[in-house]
Amino acid sequence: MTAPLLSVRGLRTWFHTFAGIVKAVNGVSFDLMPGEVMGLVGESGGGKSVVGFSILGLIDPPGKIEQGEIVFDGRDLAQLPEDALRRIRGREIGMVFQDPMTSLNPVQTIGRQMDEVLRLHTTLDARARRARCVEMLESVGISQAAERLGAYPHQFSGGMRQRVVIAIAMLARPRLIIADEPTTALDVTIQSQILRLMRRQIAEEGASMILVTHDLAVVAEMVDKITVLYCGKVVEAGPVREVIDTPAHPYTRGLIDSIPNPAHRLPRLNQIPGTVPDVRNLPAGCNFRDRCPRAQALCAEVEPPLIPKRGGQQAACHFPVAIGEPA
Amino acid sequence: MFAYAVKRLIQMLVVLWAVSVIVFMMMSFTGDPVFMVVPIDATDAEIAQARRILGLDRSLPEQYVLFLKNLLQGEFGRSYVFRQPALDLILERLPATLEIVLVALLIATVVAIPLGVFAGANPQNPLSRLIMSGSLVGISLPGFWVGMMLIFIFAVELRLFPSSGRGETVEFLGIRTSLLTANGWHHIVLPAVTLSFGTLAIILRITRAGMMEVMRQDYIKFARAKGVSRRGVLYGHGLRNGLIPVVTIFGLQLGDLIAFATITETIFAWPGMGKLLIDSIYRADRPVIVVYLMLVALIFVVVNFIVDILYTMIDPRITVK
Ligand SMILES: Nc1ncnc2c1ncn2[C@@H]1O[C@H](COP(=O)(O)OP(=O)(O)O)[C@@H](O)[C@H]1O
Ligand SMILES: [Mg+2]
Repeated sequence: MTAPLLSVRGLRTWFHTFAGIVKAVNGVSFDLMPGEVMGLVGESGGGKSVVGFSILGLIDPPGKIEQGEIVFDGRDLAQLPEDALRRIRGREIGMVFQDPMTSLNPVQTIGRQMDEVLRLHTTLDARARRARCVEMLESVGISQAAERLGAYPHQFSGGMRQRVVIAIAMLARPRLIIADEPTTALDVTIQSQILRLMRRQIAEEGASMILVTHDLAVVAEMVDKITVLYCGKVVEAGPVREVIDTPAHPYTRGLIDSIPNPAHRLPRLNQIPGTVPDVRNLPAGCNFRDRCPRAQALCAEVEPPLIPKRGGQQAACHFPVAIGEPA
Repeated sequence: MFAYAVKRLIQMLVVLWAVSVIVFMMMSFTGDPVFMVVPIDATDAEIAQARRILGLDRSLPEQYVLFLKNLLQGEFGRSYVFRQPALDLILERLPATLEIVLVALLIATVVAIPLGVFAGANPQNPLSRLIMSGSLVGISLPGFWVGMMLIFIFAVELRLFPSSGRGETVEFLGIRTSLLTANGWHHIVLPAVTLSFGTLAIILRITRAGMMEVMRQDYIKFARAKGVSRRGVLYGHGLRNGLIPVVTIFGLQLGDLIAFATITETIFAWPGMGKLLIDSIYRADRPVIVVYLMLVALIFVVVNFIVDILYTMIDPRITVK
């Protein structure tokens, strides 16, 4: 059996704010194999972005990785000093942000922002770097790439900018891409283009990817496995088919039910009732219980641990949904 | 670009015309200058004649048309006091004023931008807090008081710098300047430092605010995710974006500096046009005041035009049209 490329164990990332400690990520574990694509899903505020930034060591004060291991290729990133992390960012782990309108520096040309990655992480000379940038832009579907190198971000549409961002993230051929809601800010028509593009790029390079999204529909066709986050904790994880077809946690079930169903004429939009609780002072027991149709007295007292179910699936619920059972 | 330049030129002319109206109105409401030109024992007939010569017997609109016509012909009249063309008087003193203004701006920029960048990039650092408190002091201290304190400490007590005058000057490209002599620099230090205080504090605060705003942006985090070092992010990505608002303030500050130079020049007996202005106001020397105001308006308008061009050079999103 091959070793995982990335193994996150018991990660806790907290923000020490004036209003109290925000336990944004509070005990998250998962493994990612080489070449594997994992969907990190959950509602907004669940801690998905903080997981991504923790891996890259980009948590700024008042945030801090309190505990846990982030073992990437045998090294614990949580323990590495800043300059060692810097050599990993961009070279071994690339990141794509949510909003392409703000991820590029407005006063630098596309070419310069691309070239910077290669200058930092390769020994290529100027001519080879330029050739690589052109090649990369073409492979993300930008025509007249050589001329576009001299253009500024504001001269591109949102979809094109996200292609540029993806090109930058992939430029140094990293082994892991963290894509934080890469299509949320884009038009629906462009979303699937971008996702397919990413999928193809990943496959060509043999890289792994963490695809962060709040949209389960996006994940279903893109990923190998899913990790569901709620209030900074993993509530369910497993291979994509199992989790989508037979969700065990009522929260996952709720997320799936709120996907508009294209088979019906009217989209079925069953939002999960209630709102995400305030992560600054979570009560004892299960964090989801106030919104859960299955909650019982036990749920208010004992926090359910993440326990393995059938076929590699795991869920943290005292009263999981059984196969075939209606919600 | 050409169309833009023409458009801006027309705008500048409109501004200058508006200034001419204001200047004319001000002049018409502040005393009767005829008594500046006639002897104390002048007869009524002599006064009336002087009035006629100066055009003061006509209606206000007529006087304004005459005033504007003279301005357009570069005919600014003679100083009542010096009996010389007012323009010559002002131009003779312009280099001295520009000297302290430019040196003050240089001091302010060189000190304020690095401090502002530091304070903006490290807002939590105790040193940043010190810098910011210092800048508040700089903004709130009145210039004349700073000037007097500097004279007291560095000229009277420590005897490091002279307290007044401009020092030796040499002619360079037809302009008399003190910036090319050691003695000249020795004289300029105290007035220029005094003048720079307020501007320094303002540029510092704007730089800091700009940097803080920029360092929060996504593209800064994205640059870090590419593996750029903290320094690289700060200077390679942050600085140019953070300085965009600073450039705007430059043009405005230059106007402030010229205005405050009048006070500084008076304190340090610096023979610039600001001191001449103050003297001329005391003596109701109208032509000199008019030339001063029109010239300052012209400088201000031209500098802000240059600033706008600079703006398009640092921010590619802004195109001139
Ligand atoms: N810099 C920060 N300071 C304080 N709280 C933060 C900070 N960044 C994120 N958080 C908090 O961490 C939690 C998780 O945020 P995030 O990871 O962005 O959620 P998601 O990406 O799943 O929408 C949220 O409650 C958010 O308010
Ligand atoms: Mg997020």
